[in-house]
Amino acid sequence: MTRSAHRTRRSRRLAGAGAVAVLTLGGCSASGPDASRDAAGDGPTGTVTVFAAASLQESFTTLGERFEKEHPGTEVTFNFGGSDALAAGIDNGAPADVFAAASAKTMALVADRGRTAGSPSTFARNRLQIATVPGNPHGIDSLGDLTASGLKVVLCDATVPCGAAARTALKAAGVGLTPVSYEQDVKSALTKVELKEADAAVVYRTDVRAAGDKVEGVEFPESAEAVNDCPIALLDDAPNPSAAKAFMALVKSPEGRKVLDDAGFLRP
Amino acid sequence: MTPAPAASRTPRRGVPPALLVPALLGLAFLVVPLLALLVRAPWHSLPEQLTRPAVWEALRLSLFCATTATALSLVVGVPLAWLLARTDFPGRALVRALVTLPLVLPPVVGGVALLLALGRNGVVGQWLDAWFGITLPFTTTGVVLAETFVAMPFLVISVEGTLRAADPRYEEAATTLGASRFTAFRRVTLPLIAPGVAAGAVLAWARALGEFGATITFAGNFPGRTQTMPLAVYLALQNDPAAAIALSLVLLAVSIAVLAGLRDRWMRTV
Repeated sequence: MTRSAHRTRRSRRLAGAGAVAVLTLGGCSASGPDASRDAAGDGPTGTVTVFAAASLQESFTTLGERFEKEHPGTEVTFNFGGSDALAAGIDNGAPADVFAAASAKTMALVADRGRTAGSPSTFARNRLQIATVPGNPHGIDSLGDLTASGLKVVLCDATVPCGAAARTALKAAGVGLTPVSYEQDVKSALTKVELKEADAAVVYRTDVRAAGDKVEGVEFPESAEAVNDCPIALLDDAPNPSAAKAFMALVKSPEGRKVLDDAGFLRP
Repeated sequence: MTPAPAASRTPRRGVPPALLVPALLGLAFLVVPLLALLVRAPWHSLPEQLTRPAVWEALRLSLFCATTATALSLVVGVPLAWLLARTDFPGRALVRALVTLPLVLPPVVGGVALLLALGRNGVVGQWLDAWFGITLPFTTTGVVLAETFVAMPFLVISVEGTLRAADPRYEEAATTLGASRFTAFRRVTLPLIAPGVAAGAVLAWARALGEFGATITFAGNFPGRTQTMPLAVYLALQNDPAAAIALSLVLLAVSIAVLAGLRDRWMRTV
């Protein structure tokens, strides 16, 4: 037991390297020639593994592609999911360089255990919208309208940030809402509306925008009461800290801000 | 556990290390994670964890849905197995392959498929909604269907195997004596294959009890209605690992109790 305890960190690294190798093999081979050409340069190289909240999927994917283009020889791999699940993964030794959460509370799960290098910084903020099926056939204008009988509404589970925010907003509006399901992350809540299995969901406005015309967004005033900060942090176990820092710099740069603005995020 | 008679007859001296070492490794690999659950269990807070109403709600729902899914599997799965074992029709091999597909399909894919077929907007589901006002996602019925989808193949495989091993001449004798084929199936075949049916039912029940992916995809997650134990474990793990371990222990205990309780009665004969 003691022996394995001493080796935990190393084996974690090895496991990480293995995962990265697999991801690289399956990833884009187009970066291959560039990688060999620029490997001698002093810019960031290698793979950056980013664990990011599901709501960041579209904007971070865009930023990841930019990063790979600006720094040949690098590759950004993402693990998108519910912030709580990602935090639990990091806490259990998942090999990651960067964690971007959808709320300060979920970031604290990682930071409070000393797993971040330096303190997390907020790079964007997100507020909620009601997503309805296109055309809003049920005429939903407010949180109160969601309680109409026969209406199928999904919320995120309270364990994930979008669920916690939705709960705060509903409380601010004085609306007692019983959804048909508490979904495990914001994307699965939105998907239920996209598939028209649910009539409405309370999700982030960025997710509504990313879904294009598959859903329609409805603003509601109480969303101002439940704005979530999105913090980003370098992890202390990061296998590739220098490239990770470069990626975080891109996220916080004017260029990154533009991508986040376009996605519908608010500035911190 | 109690050693089977066959095991005591095996000469122990003759086990080559080349087989013994990997065998023990395999055993350790399967058992150590379960032991870890016991080691890391929050024993001092366990009574408090397990007396929460939410736990019993999830357990009750799990037991109800797994049992109903098994019953449903029996009603349609046994005839399906009989069809595969006793009749010959073009494309039978393909049908058998399709029946076993959910065994290897990721359950979450099964959930997506169910959503596209039986969802409110699905190819079949939209008619269920339009004609009967029935919608299946987000309902307990949806959980039962998701569990049946992943569990029934276990029953069909088990029953089909037993049927193939059973001598068809008893059925033929019954039909030559004037029984209809259905009577022969009911009075002769079914008692003959009962142990295989029971074993298949236990397997299907256990699989249904552990079902996660198809359930959360098709039926969603609502306490008391669609939140079965595996879903409760998954969501608890995200912010309350102690609760997740406690819930896992309950599920583990129930699974062991069922397999151990039914093993002596049914499994040995298969």
